[in-house]
Amino acid sequence: MRRWLMLVPLAIFLLVAVFLYRGLYLDPAELPSAMIGKPFPEFSLPAVQGDKTLTKADILGKPALVNVWGTWCISCRVEHPVLNRLAERGVVIYGINYKDTNADALKWLAEFHNPYQLDIRDDEGSLGLNLGVYGAPETFFIDAKGIIRDKYVGVIDEQVWREKLAARYQALVDEAKP
Amino acid sequence: MKRFIAAVVLGLSLAGVAQAAIDTYEFAKEGDRERFRELTKELRCPKCQNQDIADSNAPIAADLRKEIFRMLGEGKDNQQIIDFMVDRYGDFVRYKPALNARTALLWFGPAGLLLGGFVVIAVIVRRRRGQRAETPPSLSPEERQRLDQLLDKNQE
Repeated sequence: MRRWLMLVPLAIFLLVAVFLYRGLYLDPAELPSAMIGKPFPEFSLPAVQGDKTLTKADILGKPALVNVWGTWCISCRVEHPVLNRLAERGVVIYGINYKDTNADALKWLAEFHNPYQLDIRDDEGSLGLNLGVYGAPETFFIDAKGIIRDKYVGVIDEQVWREKLAARYQALVDEAKP
Repeated sequence: MKRFIAAVVLGLSLAGVAQAAIDTYEFAKEGDRERFRELTKELRCPKCQNQDIADSNAPIAADLRKEIFRMLGEGKDNQQIIDFMVDRYGDFVRYKPALNARTALLWFGPAGLLLGGFVVIAVIVRRRRGQRAETPPSLSPEERQRLDQLLDKNQE
């Protein structure tokens, strides 16, 4: 009779097995960002240091990392030295001090060194909301025109940078070259 | 004494849970309160997954509740508020995702599987019926004779 019908259960089993195997290695906390490909939202917020008001125009022109951080965020402390080293190597990093008190932020930057070329003070989390931030640390990759090209949720450590993010940043830098 | 302390600690911790995530908002219109409840039930907290934002204690959920309250005050309709959230957090934030190419499998998958099951059952039932019709209703005269012989032999 139809011998191939006997293979149907095996086929179903293999299909389910592949699905479940893939599921083992998926991180459900990693959400696809709805912001990728969209322009960075407009904002007008004070700087963490000094009384300058920063707007979107200030972060345009160079591909950069926009790092969302706060002194209340424990994993930001782990990430901070890595950002310092990246900044030393010439990576452009802007900061968003998210839902923090400014005195704490200033103390933190004085104590642990400041890797940010600009640091936006987002006390109320309004910019964070427009960016779809749901925790910290989160890091957005923007190109020279201010389009969000990528997002990384979680701590950037040396390994993540080397294996994943360095190439993405380099691609943006290469693209910006005439 | 130890027991008593344990009971008090347990009671206090339960009270904390019960009172969490209750904000006090004064709504301009009574209808807004109902809409606020609906919207916060339908939107999912991006941080503490598997909780709606009405239910969640995460700071981000509180922010989103505040934002919904603000938008209700501005007279935005439900669709505008949901679009605002989806623009920022993606389809993920909706417990009732929009119907599009990416969510089609989610919407129609279960019905498709059920339909597939019915088709399989229908095929099997039909095949069995066919088989029954094909089998000869009775034995030919020769066969009957032989059967009688065999039965007789056994009885002896």
